[in-house]
Amino acid sequence: MIEAGRALPRVILYEGPGAEPLDREWRVELLRELLERGFAVRRVVGREISLAAFDEATSPLVIGRLVVPPASATTGTVLRFRDIAGKSLSEVVELVNSAFADTTSQSSKRWKPWFPVIDPARCTHCMQCLSFCLFGVYGVTADGKLQVQNESNCKTDCPACSRVCPEVAIMFPKYKAGPINGEPINSEDVRRETVKVDISALLGGDVYALLRDRSARAKSRFSKERDDDRALKERQRCLEQLKSAVQGLDIPPEVLASLPSPEQIQQKALEAQQRARQALNQAFPKNGVS
Amino acid sequence: MQELPQILYCHCAYAQVVPREVKHRVLERLSAAGVEFEAVPDLCELSARRDPRLADYARQNGLRIAACFPRAVQGLFAAAGCPLSEKEATIVNLRTLQADEAADALLGPTGSTGNSNKEET
Repeated sequence: MIEAGRALPRVILYEGPGAEPLDREWRVELLRELLERGFAVRRVVGREISLAAFDEATSPLVIGRLVVPPASATTGTVLRFRDIAGKSLSEVVELVNSAFADTTSQSSKRWKPWFPVIDPARCTHCMQCLSFCLFGVYGVTADGKLQVQNESNCKTDCPACSRVCPEVAIMFPKYKAGPINGEPINSEDVRRETVKVDISALLGGDVYALLRDRSARAKSRFSKERDDDRALKERQRCLEQLKSAVQGLDIPPEVLASLPSPEQIQQKALEAQQRARQALNQAFPKNGVS
Repeated sequence: MQELPQILYCHCAYAQVVPREVKHRVLERLSAAGVEFEAVPDLCELSARRDPRLADYARQNGLRIAACFPRAVQGLFAAAGCPLSEKEATIVNLRTLQADEAADALLGPTGSTGNSNKEET
């Protein structure tokens, strides 16, 4: 779960007055190590640290080869200073880890930030994505606008909702290819989306009905299957079939395999559609979507 | 207004979409240039956390952001409730540029990086 509104732990790499410069290669190594461990790092060079710049709740840690502690260290600020002169890279990393042991940096590292990002210039708030998503990633603002509200509910590496967006307005910045990764949209992308119109219609109704039926048939076969290896192969084959059935959605097999029961899917889809309808009615009361 | 660096670098630490050698070389160039900058592990993570720092950066004049596709970066700031200024921010795309091209765009004089919010190619 993400702690919204809370700043990431920040390290200040201080090389201003009263500190000796760090060795160039060592500095780069340290930067990489800290970034890979989930810390934000600001380099301050050639000047004193300005207290006004650090009014955040998460007290930053200032590290450097401190010959003379910077003047601001004596003014009762929330800044914490650590002298790293003579310390090895691993010792400095350990020092930083310890300084933030009580913060969320460790837990946040485990979550790959994978979630839909809306292109506000393209989104028409049609709510197709909200209707489609079974995991409650999308929500609606008080004024009836679509919003990504539960980022960590999103299934890692699954870009399926972006495929159902008729406006090419949903991006996953870590996706491999455009325009889902945020690449500029060309006329071919727009044409493709126009042809798509509604992926549910293309699949003969409800994409989840398709998934549901296939899943039910597969379950029926599995229940009769006694040989584990054969059952596994059969499941893999079914997943391949499912994948080809929803070709283009690019849903990872592990997401398909973890779909809820048919009844739960039906219920969640219904709830999502109701939320979408309510949002549309709120945004366009005269049209009365029902 | 806070004293913020004018360069914001995203390390995209949780994915492999930015070539490792590009990230390392850009970080090396920034580090060697004697300029102030802020490096964050992952801009997506900051956006998801609605990190208050993003709002500070969104107000920063002459901001240069090293990250990925401009449309995605703009979306991330907007999602955090602090849309980037169309005129002020320059986004340098580490997914498409060579490392030294990206570093030049970040470190060059004002105006050398082309139009704001446009693809750096």
